[in-house]
Amino acid sequence: MYRYDEFDRRFLEERVAQYRDQVRRRLIGQLTEEEFRPLRLRNGLYLQLHAYMYRIAIPYGTLSPAQLRMLAYIARKYDRGYGHFTTRQNIQFNWIKLEESPDIMADLASVEMHSIQTSGNCIRNTTSDPFAGVADDEIEDPRPYCEIIRQWSTLHPEFSWLPRKFKIAVSASAKDRAAVHVHDIGLYLVRNAAGEVGFQVLVGGGLGRTPIMAKVLRDFLPKQDLLSYLEAALRVYNEYGRRDNIYKARIKILVQALGIDKMRDAVEAEWSKMDHEPLDLTKETIAGIYKHFAPPAYGKPERDDDAVINTAIAADKKFSRWLKHNVANHKQPGYSIATVSLKPPGKPPGDITADQLDLLAELSERHGFGEVRVTHEQNVVFPDVRRGDLVAFYASLASSGLGTANIGLASDIIACPGLDYCSLANARSIPIAERLGEHLAAREEEIGPMKIKISGCINACGHHHVGHIGILGVDKNGEEFYQITVGGSADELSAVGIIVGRAVPSDEVNGAVDKLLDVYLAQRDDGEDLPATFRRIGMEPFKEAVYGTR
Amino acid sequence: MVLVKNGQVASDYWQHIEDTDPLPQAGAVTISWARWLSERDSITRGPSELGVRLPNTIAADDVGADAGRFGLITVTYPNIGDGRAYSQARILRSRAAFKGEIRAIGSVVRDQLQFMQRCGIDAFELPEKALTEDWLAALSEFDLFYQPAEDSRPWIARQRHGRN
Repeated sequence: MYRYDEFDRRFLEERVAQYRDQVRRRLIGQLTEEEFRPLRLRNGLYLQLHAYMYRIAIPYGTLSPAQLRMLAYIARKYDRGYGHFTTRQNIQFNWIKLEESPDIMADLASVEMHSIQTSGNCIRNTTSDPFAGVADDEIEDPRPYCEIIRQWSTLHPEFSWLPRKFKIAVSASAKDRAAVHVHDIGLYLVRNAAGEVGFQVLVGGGLGRTPIMAKVLRDFLPKQDLLSYLEAALRVYNEYGRRDNIYKARIKILVQALGIDKMRDAVEAEWSKMDHEPLDLTKETIAGIYKHFAPPAYGKPERDDDAVINTAIAADKKFSRWLKHNVANHKQPGYSIATVSLKPPGKPPGDITADQLDLLAELSERHGFGEVRVTHEQNVVFPDVRRGDLVAFYASLASSGLGTANIGLASDIIACPGLDYCSLANARSIPIAERLGEHLAAREEEIGPMKIKISGCINACGHHHVGHIGILGVDKNGEEFYQITVGGSADELSAVGIIVGRAVPSDEVNGAVDKLLDVYLAQRDDGEDLPATFRRIGMEPFKEAVYGTR
Repeated sequence: MVLVKNGQVASDYWQHIEDTDPLPQAGAVTISWARWLSERDSITRGPSELGVRLPNTIAADDVGADAGRFGLITVTYPNIGDGRAYSQARILRSRAAFKGEIRAIGSVVRDQLQFMQRCGIDAFELPEKALTEDWLAALSEFDLFYQPAEDSRPWIARQRHGRN
């Protein structure tokens, strides 16, 4: 993984010193709260319902054991012993004191982490495929480009005060595990007709109150042009994005207003006028970043790997289930990609305790090369587990409450923090997710792959628009209701879900979801996921099941 | 208002003329961009006596070939969050090759000064309440930068490879 050099370290020291001084000026009253707010936001500090919330960037999801242990330390020392992984490969702590936040930032810097631009109208944490570098369907490792974008976007002097937040995701596989289509700019590493690897550039995706899937801005961008092209696109957005209405300020609205062709013309025109040379990615720059992501020293497969696994499959149904759902193919023979579920029945999705963080650190050293990835689906990936170690690995997880075998199933629910924490929310998300996950666990094996996503308000942090089944909390005269959508998808066939009917009270959510699933199970063809069935049969059967015939 | 130019407190010798007022015969003046557009053909002042106040809704490329007519261009920050003038300043420096003074006016915030400076802004109108020395310190809070801009400072990717 990427390790800081002297430049990165000194830069971060300067940032900590700057932030410490900003907090000092706030505490002695030199800055009003109104003046301080945009400054703290650009360092990830929100004021929530009950306390400050601190959001820490996990660039493209990668964490080392030292970083995991530091997060555990922060959870214990500054918070209430746990943290929460978000839907954009960040971690949040919910019970932070303003006076202590500069110390947390300094602690993070000691393990090469920060919270820069995890909030505010600027370029946010660049996200990627949690299987990057180990996926068996990858064109090229996307992480070096994420790191290049991270560095370029960090305290960018021109693009730190944009009309609205700006999110970039990079993926390099046919199977999209990074929700690229719902990002302001999405980048797919692709190969052109001449066999060169470059980027397909998408623009204008996003959720929130106007969910829109990104459109193709450019079919093929040579690698060396990545930063100059991004700079051209950001400049067009900075100049022409709307600033009169916060709900119309994302780049997706600009793209919608101009149309993708005019947007493309504007970006290409800006790009053609710019001096590219300073931003050109030279071969040596790319190679310098790439060497941080060189494959580890993989061992040869052991002859008895399969025997060990087969014995365990026969002996232990729980292991067998976990193997089926939580373990994916690795490009290296003898290794597997294992996903640790943070969705145990009846618990808040994505929450993790300090003790569990410590355990993951230890396991990443024992079963891997000292690296884990957090996913936008709020789970944790171990990228390099030896096949022969899977049984022992699972046993360690299971004994610590981390052995839930539900990756990609109905109880692997994405949810935002909702009204339990968030000052924007209209309704609670966590209890809905807890109850629904617990309720569906019994039949999720039969249901198969299923994406359920819950947001506590229209800002859609829980990505409900792209859930196979999406649940949105709404406020009706002070009461929490839930609007349900079907047919959404965040993968390469991305789609926005359609509202089934009127919102239901919280105690009817489980029943309504059950009815939608009944229709899907009865009507699906072999191998069809819910969005595919929905595309084929339409809304009527689903609507009728939940609300009856009119 | 406190004017800071090239990192030092300076006195403002420019007169900022409203559209309704006549231009004085001599002396350095700034006029609005709208007035420039309507009176450009009749204005004969040289660049050392002519500046223009650019709204942040104007494409900086529109200044284009006119840039050489001005000794000062002001760019506007209506509030801390409206960052259009950063792009304008960069375009004025890089494409219009404007060598005169670019001055930030409006809501100029201490913690944005270094961003502004990196975009090519070399003068700032600070609010009266600003603790000037403390604000000037903001111009050197960082001495490492991850990207090229309109200042002549090196950036990290180049420094790593021993180039400036």
